[in-house]
Amino acid sequence: MPSATASPTQTKRGSSNPFIAFCQSSIGKKIIVGVTGVYLIVFITGHLLGNLEIYLGQDHVNAYAQFLQGLGPILWLERAILIAAVVIHIVVTIQLAAENRAARPQKYAHYNYQAAKPSSRTMIYSGLLVLCFVIYHLLQFTFMTTNPEYRHLEDHLHRHDVYRMMILGFQQPIISLFYAAAIFFLAAHLSHGFSSVVQTLGINNQKVSGFVSNGGRWFSWLIFAGYVSIPVSILIGLIK
Amino acid sequence: MTTQLDARIPSGPLADKWTKHRAESKLVNPNNKRKFDILVVGSGLAGASAAASLAELGYHVKCFCFQDSARRAHSIAAQGGINAAKNYQNDGDSVFRLFYDTIKGGDFRSREANVYRLAEVSANIIDQCVAQGVPFAREYGGLLANRSFGGAQVSRTFYARGQTGQQLLLGAYQALSDQINMGGVKMFPRSELLDLVIVDGHAKGIVVRDLKTGEISSFPGDAVVLATGGYGNVFYLSTNARGCNVSATYRAYKRGAFFANPCYTQIHPTCIPVGGPYQSKLTLMSESLRNDGRVWVPKNKGESRRPDQIPEAERDYYLERKYPSFGNLAPRDIASRSAKEVCDEGRGVGPGGLGVYLDFAESIRRLGEQTIRERYGNLFDIYHNITGENAYQVPMRIYPAVHYTMGGLWVDYNLMSNVPGLHVLGEANFSDHGANRLGASALMQGLADGYFVIPCTIANYLATQLGKKVSPDRPEFRAVEEEVRGRVKKLLSIKGKRSATSFHQELGLLVWEQCGMARSRDGLKDALQKIGPLREEFWENLNVLGGQQELNQSLEQAGRVADFLEFAELMCLDALEREESCGGHFRVEYQTEEGEAVRNDKDFCHVTAWQYTGPDSKPVANIEPLVFENVKLAQRSYK
Amino acid sequence: MNFKLKVWRQQNENTAGQFRDYEAINIPAEASFLEMLDIVNEGLIARQEEPIAFDSDCREGICGMCSLVVNGIAHGPGKAKTTCQLYMRRFQDGETIWIEPFRAAAFPIVKDLIVDRSAFDRIIQAGGYITARTGSAPDANSIPIGKTVADLAMEAAACIGCGACAAACPNSSAMLFVAAKISHLGLLPQGQPERTSRVRNMVRTMDALGFGSCTNHYECEAVCPAEISATFISRLNRDYAVASIREGLAARG
Ligand SMILES: Cc1cc2nc3c(=O)[nH]c(=O)nc-3n(C[C@H](O)[C@H](O)[C@H](O)COP(=O)(O)OP(=O)(O)OC[C@H]3O[C@@H](n4cnc5c(N)ncnc54)[C@H](O)[C@@H]3O)c2cc1C
Ligand code: HEM
Ligand code: FES
Repeated sequence: MPSATASPTQTKRGSSNPFIAFCQSSIGKKIIVGVTGVYLIVFITGHLLGNLEIYLGQDHVNAYAQFLQGLGPILWLERAILIAAVVIHIVVTIQLAAENRAARPQKYAHYNYQAAKPSSRTMIYSGLLVLCFVIYHLLQFTFMTTNPEYRHLEDHLHRHDVYRMMILGFQQPIISLFYAAAIFFLAAHLSHGFSSVVQTLGINNQKVSGFVSNGGRWFSWLIFAGYVSIPVSILIGLIK
Repeated sequence: MTTQLDARIPSGPLADKWTKHRAESKLVNPNNKRKFDILVVGSGLAGASAAASLAELGYHVKCFCFQDSARRAHSIAAQGGINAAKNYQNDGDSVFRLFYDTIKGGDFRSREANVYRLAEVSANIIDQCVAQGVPFAREYGGLLANRSFGGAQVSRTFYARGQTGQQLLLGAYQALSDQINMGGVKMFPRSELLDLVIVDGHAKGIVVRDLKTGEISSFPGDAVVLATGGYGNVFYLSTNARGCNVSATYRAYKRGAFFANPCYTQIHPTCIPVGGPYQSKLTLMSESLRNDGRVWVPKNKGESRRPDQIPEAERDYYLERKYPSFGNLAPRDIASRSAKEVCDEGRGVGPGGLGVYLDFAESIRRLGEQTIRERYGNLFDIYHNITGENAYQVPMRIYPAVHYTMGGLWVDYNLMSNVPGLHVLGEANFSDHGANRLGASALMQGLADGYFVIPCTIANYLATQLGKKVSPDRPEFRAVEEEVRGRVKKLLSIKGKRSATSFHQELGLLVWEQCGMARSRDGLKDALQKIGPLREEFWENLNVLGGQQELNQSLEQAGRVADFLEFAELMCLDALEREESCGGHFRVEYQTEEGEAVRNDKDFCHVTAWQYTGPDSKPVANIEPLVFENVKLAQRSYK
Repeated sequence: MNFKLKVWRQQNENTAGQFRDYEAINIPAEASFLEMLDIVNEGLIARQEEPIAFDSDCREGICGMCSLVVNGIAHGPGKAKTTCQLYMRRFQDGETIWIEPFRAAAFPIVKDLIVDRSAFDRIIQAGGYITARTGSAPDANSIPIGKTVADLAMEAAACIGCGACAAACPNSSAMLFVAAKISHLGLLPQGQPERTSRVRNMVRTMDALGFGSCTNHYECEAVCPAEISATFISRLNRDYAVASIREGLAARG
């Protein structure tokens, strides 16, 4: 007998707990990635502004670093949230990526992209590269595992001399190049991520969409310029 | 032996008939509704609206369509709009006026009571559709917009851009989906009805082929509702979707249902002409183009110059010449026939000489290209996409094409055919448009039938069927199933040389020539002589590859063509026996000197409902006289 | 014109498919893409080979039945058109043309180039409607709807349900399809009472049927024959978030 199309009430509907159901749904997951992404954007923007203090001189930078250290528990809370955001961001995107792969088991022999940009197609790779960099970055400047000698840098006020640390770090062209490359991937990640998050969080519409995608591109390349200006300035001797 | 046809028209004044009928119709109580299974075949406007509304009432509905989704029924393609006597424009419209226009438009060959009911419920359709979220065009104040359509003198046409059929169908499809979700309807897409099962004289089931698996099975039901659309594809090329077929109605005809007025077919004058034998369908261009385009052909036969090289003096603006007052806006059938005449004279343009120019050069000079672009830009784009020609620079080429079929299974006021239990809705029935359908009225009829008429009238039949459920074990079911299997097997086993398409093309060309825009006694006789042999060749020389137990498009097509090959004969026979010209049926023998159709109200003011009497015997013509109590029969003139 | 075709042939859902080579010879430039396939099929039948199965019905771009991926683009090259509206004059004489079915886990292949898109029907069945019992509707003009809103609803309602969005999306996501229906109904005052349950049920059904999620590549928008804007997806995301919050609040009492 010919089969009638099944009615959807027979297909699984997910958890009856609204929160869990939300977290299990595709849009829910996307929103989680988006919200953590926004948090990360805010962080890297703040971080950039802090770093740019290098142009104001040694005193400013070191004072700022000491101020942050002085926050104590608040700093640790901030770090915990940051770590959680990164972990959630990554875990959920990997989940999504796996689901998306399963949704297209048989690939096209010939696929011809019409709209997707290199940045949008490589989000997971740019993200993972950024992650690798972040780990190295933490090992270098935060935990100073790679460069234990940084621990002993002190300025005339006996504060930890973050300013010198940055200059020493970036005076090595290889490190700077690696840093610039990582920031490039971060910018690529954001050039899609910024407009993407506006869409994901439901703020996009026909009037603002052009503005948002251009804005996203501008924003991410500004971030790129901001971060990369530091090693460049150090290498060309603008900052000593 | 002819049967007396009883249309069961309620007594009383025209305007009260429907109200009275509703009040007097039988009711089936809610507990009993649950006991009834209704088989709805078709998910177009008529079928989807009926299935959804019947399920809402509590009946168990099974709905079938041959497309992969109910939403793709051919109704989706309607563009222009849907009429309703709302009089929102305060321009003097009323139920009576819509009724009168429809009767007159149908050239006085439809049933007064049905048409009046159609006009009456038209207003409810718009309410219903708006409630479902159909995004009709609106004015700035937020109220519904209307336009005037197809030469109507009032603005009563509601529209949703150029996609009215799509939006109405999606409304009905969504209502249907709601009911599927609620469990009231079971939907069977990719399922084709191949036969009807009659038990003790009543329609009690259908035999269906699952187009995905090839499985043939029967479905029992307490009533059958056919809403399977029109048969325009008997001409092979038409504006209809490729899958449109006569099979469902023709199979019902062979099981005893009467086929009424098969010769009433409608030709649309402005379609993109046939480009060559590869062509698979024709595309409609809005008639509004004739407001600014001038129709002409070269004066000389076999003209080979490009249109812009033909001087004014050597052009024949034949519509302006023959119908000075209406000119390029002459009615559909006159415009179509005139185009055929000039092409028959060898003055047609484009590939195969089957086309006339629709020239915008003068309008562009007068109004500027920008204005023309604003008015018709999207149509010019469609034309450009299909033909590759830029109509801003060279004249468009147009030619008439088959568009709609007014004929269909005969039904009474309850929309039930002469076979008890078999109900027929939408374009599949013959009821409301007489010999010619007005623009924007088919959508109205489909939805009127499905939303408002059948949910009420089907109870008149079902109330008599309580406790009379037929068992699916009845031998009738197996017998018809076996017949269907035999037929399918036969189609597969011929293993000849020609594809079903090639037969379809040949048949289409033949009926288009002889039973198309203009029909003559000799031509029809000629066609009748040729169809038989073509059909014989079909059954000897058909080539269908692949098997039965799988998706097999050639097999589906072969089955449909086989039915067209029989049906074409009925259509030509009806055209031959209707010795008058009316609406879409133009017999060259019956015209005035100016080429106007001449009706013969004395002998043909009736419906001819054909009765099948066996493969080799002539069908019997049953007559339903048409009685006009509320309108005066008039002859039209467009001079 | 002549073409070399590389066509996906597959007997049914459960067998493996592969590309086969065909020659399309003497094709008029005015023929549509599907008419080109018709001609190839007639040739195959004459040679006693099974014709290539592909879906189509209206052949004028509105029913949404035709569904080919031509040279890696759902519905082939060109903006805002379906496969049936693609004409051969667009191609180079002698060109090799790849023809594949829509590919998505939720659209299993039925045969050759035909896929089963009933998943879309199920999504609509899950809530893509306004419940309006026949005969109970108030007068159509009793609810005025501003022209801007009505026009925007119409833009979303124009979706033909062909599935090209899911076919083009690298994640086989059905978000554009769902977004179009959610926006069409959610924009209208009549659609408000069921707005929360509609979006919740449609999205969860979409997920359950195995469509991927939206990563905002906008491939869908690029191939959509009805030019549905991807910004409707943003509206869907918002509606879904709001519905989830409502649902959460309701659950807490
Ligand atoms: C290009 C075009 C433009 C038009 N524009 C307008 C307009 O502007 N206004 C207007 O009023 N009218 C218009 N019409 C006419 C109108 O669209 C149709 O008359 C009307 O939609 C028919 O609706 P229906 O429900 O009767 O049949 P259809 O919509 O044709 O539906 C038939 C249904 O039956 C099913 N079916 C058919 N055969 C079988 C079978 N053997 N087994 C199983 N299922 C079967 C199909 O799957 C389908 O679901 C237009 C027509 C065309 C071609
Ligand atoms: C500073 C670090 C990071 C920032 C600022 C950031 C920011 C963002 C933003 C804003 C989005 C868009 C979210 C959306 O569309 O809703 C996003 C998406 C994404 N991020 Fe990150 N991210 C960072 C690190 C990472 C890392 C380490 C990974 C590693 C896997 C990653 C993987 C992804 C992926 C795969 C997406 C795409 C999700 C999608 O398109 O749906 N990101 N990110
Ligand atoms: S066949 Fe209908 S859209 Fe292409």
